[in-house]
Amino acid sequence: MSGWSKIDGRAVALAQANIDTDQLIPARFMSQPRKDGYGDFLLFDAREDDAKHPLNRHARVDVLVTRRNFGTGSSREAAVYALVDYGIRAVLAPSFGDIFASNAVNNGLLPARIDADVIEELIAALGAGEAAAAVDLEAGTATIGNRLVAFDLDPVWQQKLINGWDDIDLTAQHKGEISRFCAARVAAHPWATPTSKHETKT
Amino acid sequence: MKPRTLLDKLWDVHEIMQRADGTSLLWVDRHLVHEGSHHAFAKLKERGMPVAQPHLTFGVVDHYAPTRPGDVAPDIRRMIKTLGDNARAAGIKLFDLHDPEQGIVHVIGPEQGLTLPGLLINCGDSHTSTHGAFGALAFGVGATEVAHILATQTIWQKRPKTMRVRFDGMLSAGVTAKDMALHWIAGLGADGARGHAIEYAGAAVDALSMEGRLTLCNLSIEGGARLGMIAPDDVTFAYIKGRPFAPKGAAWDAAVADWRALVTDEGAQFDREVVFNAGDIAPTLTWGTTPEEALSITGSIPDPESMPGGKAAHARASLEYMGLSAGTPLDGVPVDQVFIGSCTNGRIEDLRMAAKVLAGRKAKVPGLVSPGSASVKRQAEEEGLAQVFIDAGLEWADAGCSMCVGMNGDHVESGKRCASSTNRNFKGRQGRGARTHLMSPAMVAAAAVHGHLADVRPMLEGRI
Ligand code: SF4
Repeated sequence: MSGWSKIDGRAVALAQANIDTDQLIPARFMSQPRKDGYGDFLLFDAREDDAKHPLNRHARVDVLVTRRNFGTGSSREAAVYALVDYGIRAVLAPSFGDIFASNAVNNGLLPARIDADVIEELIAALGAGEAAAAVDLEAGTATIGNRLVAFDLDPVWQQKLINGWDDIDLTAQHKGEISRFCAARVAAHPWATPTSKHETKT
Repeated sequence: MKPRTLLDKLWDVHEIMQRADGTSLLWVDRHLVHEGSHHAFAKLKERGMPVAQPHLTFGVVDHYAPTRPGDVAPDIRRMIKTLGDNARAAGIKLFDLHDPEQGIVHVIGPEQGLTLPGLLINCGDSHTSTHGAFGALAFGVGATEVAHILATQTIWQKRPKTMRVRFDGMLSAGVTAKDMALHWIAGLGADGARGHAIEYAGAAVDALSMEGRLTLCNLSIEGGARLGMIAPDDVTFAYIKGRPFAPKGAAWDAAVADWRALVTDEGAQFDREVVFNAGDIAPTLTWGTTPEEALSITGSIPDPESMPGGKAAHARASLEYMGLSAGTPLDGVPVDQVFIGSCTNGRIEDLRMAAKVLAGRKAKVPGLVSPGSASVKRQAEEEGLAQVFIDAGLEWADAGCSMCVGMNGDHVESGKRCASSTNRNFKGRQGRGARTHLMSPAMVAAAAVHGHLADVRPMLEGRI
């Protein structure tokens, strides 16, 4: 995954709370392999049921501004694949599903937390329209139209997004500690291992 | 030593190291995989990495498991086959479709004795919080994290904040763990416990069976919590003893000695504490499209106009989707069908409770009963519960996720209203356009008999 620190694009509002991962990608699409792209599945039912859905009205969306509890529900990372493959780079909301947020960061998508009253102002300003959007990860700010807002982001996630870090590579540096821990765990708590066989290949 | 919470104790024993930024690298004792884990196996293959600890990894066919006889769609067959291929290639023990111990991952973990107090358990599924009922640190992860666990048997996590949810007093007859969960989520919101690890406590929690505790912890995620836990006690130990993968002999004694220490110390501080009175809880069910839109069966659908800003817009959209209007009493809303099953309420005790309501009665609407595992299915048949469902006119199916998520083809048709013992009433969750009302299995049985949403309590008189 490649990192990024700035984006410029277009923002639209999705004035709904609790957009869960079942809505982001209905379960029936999840048996598809990733290589074919998941962008077409994003909010599939909502887009099909409503010709005026924000994603139907605007050809290009890089930043979504939405209400609380975005990405709640199932841990399906496919919800993030759908957003990313569609072209979305950042979601601005008052709160996110925990698993969704870490899945997002693992795929280069920014889950930017912004206070609900500020989000409401942005949603009101965007209305059914769109606006230029700029996100600066280093500064922790987003500019929607001419409004500059600061967002909350865990500093670890900020670094991961900027550097495009992959956890498996990071963890490889701790191979020795992991092996030692594993041996100690088995010795101290033999009941924690379901079989007697034990090996470490990390 | 400073008094510690249960979370602190579990965290400390699994922490391999902590980075300067406060993120911990944790050791994973059990990793459970299912058909949906195909993305993670593909990531591993791309990097040419093996599964680090196959003997700590267990696979099961559940999300796509066919539960009714007949042809299986090619893409479903492919999903099941892919899991089998991945498990065999890595040397992972698999509970395959026709394995006598197959079932929903969160049902078979406890059943097989794979789920134990003191373990860290991960699975690429949000309801992994279920296993916390044993005093385990159990949470769901996404595909990238599944790949990381497969490759390293570890996970990077920030320690969540702690929250104790206490239920004082006792539940009244006909009220279950499902009602406790929907009650607290309705009170605090679907993101009410965001960023927290919940420890459930109090007399009403202590009094729950293992099945009830699993239901309560299962729904933690629907209130936004990272995970839910209950300190293990004699109820827990009695449940585990003799299970296939549970420790035996001297290891059992050592285990119980360790497990007894898994309690929050006197005086330990939680970041947040919430208290409910269990005696106040009535059978509770959802009327909208998020688990927080829930009410007692004696209530009427609220008026969105009387709700605060953001909630009003959501409630209006929910009512439109659900085909309901403000002011309608919940008791009496006609249903088209019912479903009993899922990792929330597909265990033997859930089926017993539903059968108590259904015995000698007929369902007015069609319905599907899918036990949580093949072994629950056998037990229900031996106990005569299956016959009660069949005699009532419901369909008795095989084990799997079934109509909870509809991936295997068991779904609710658009516009149909389903009384369901599952965990998510999201738009389209049980099928496109499906209208889901979440409730306990007993309440589902009551809805089946009446053909409409109904209070189960009068129907249980003389039966419990
Ligand atoms: S029963 Fe439903 S919630 Fe549970 S694991 Fe299966 S799909 Fe997920």
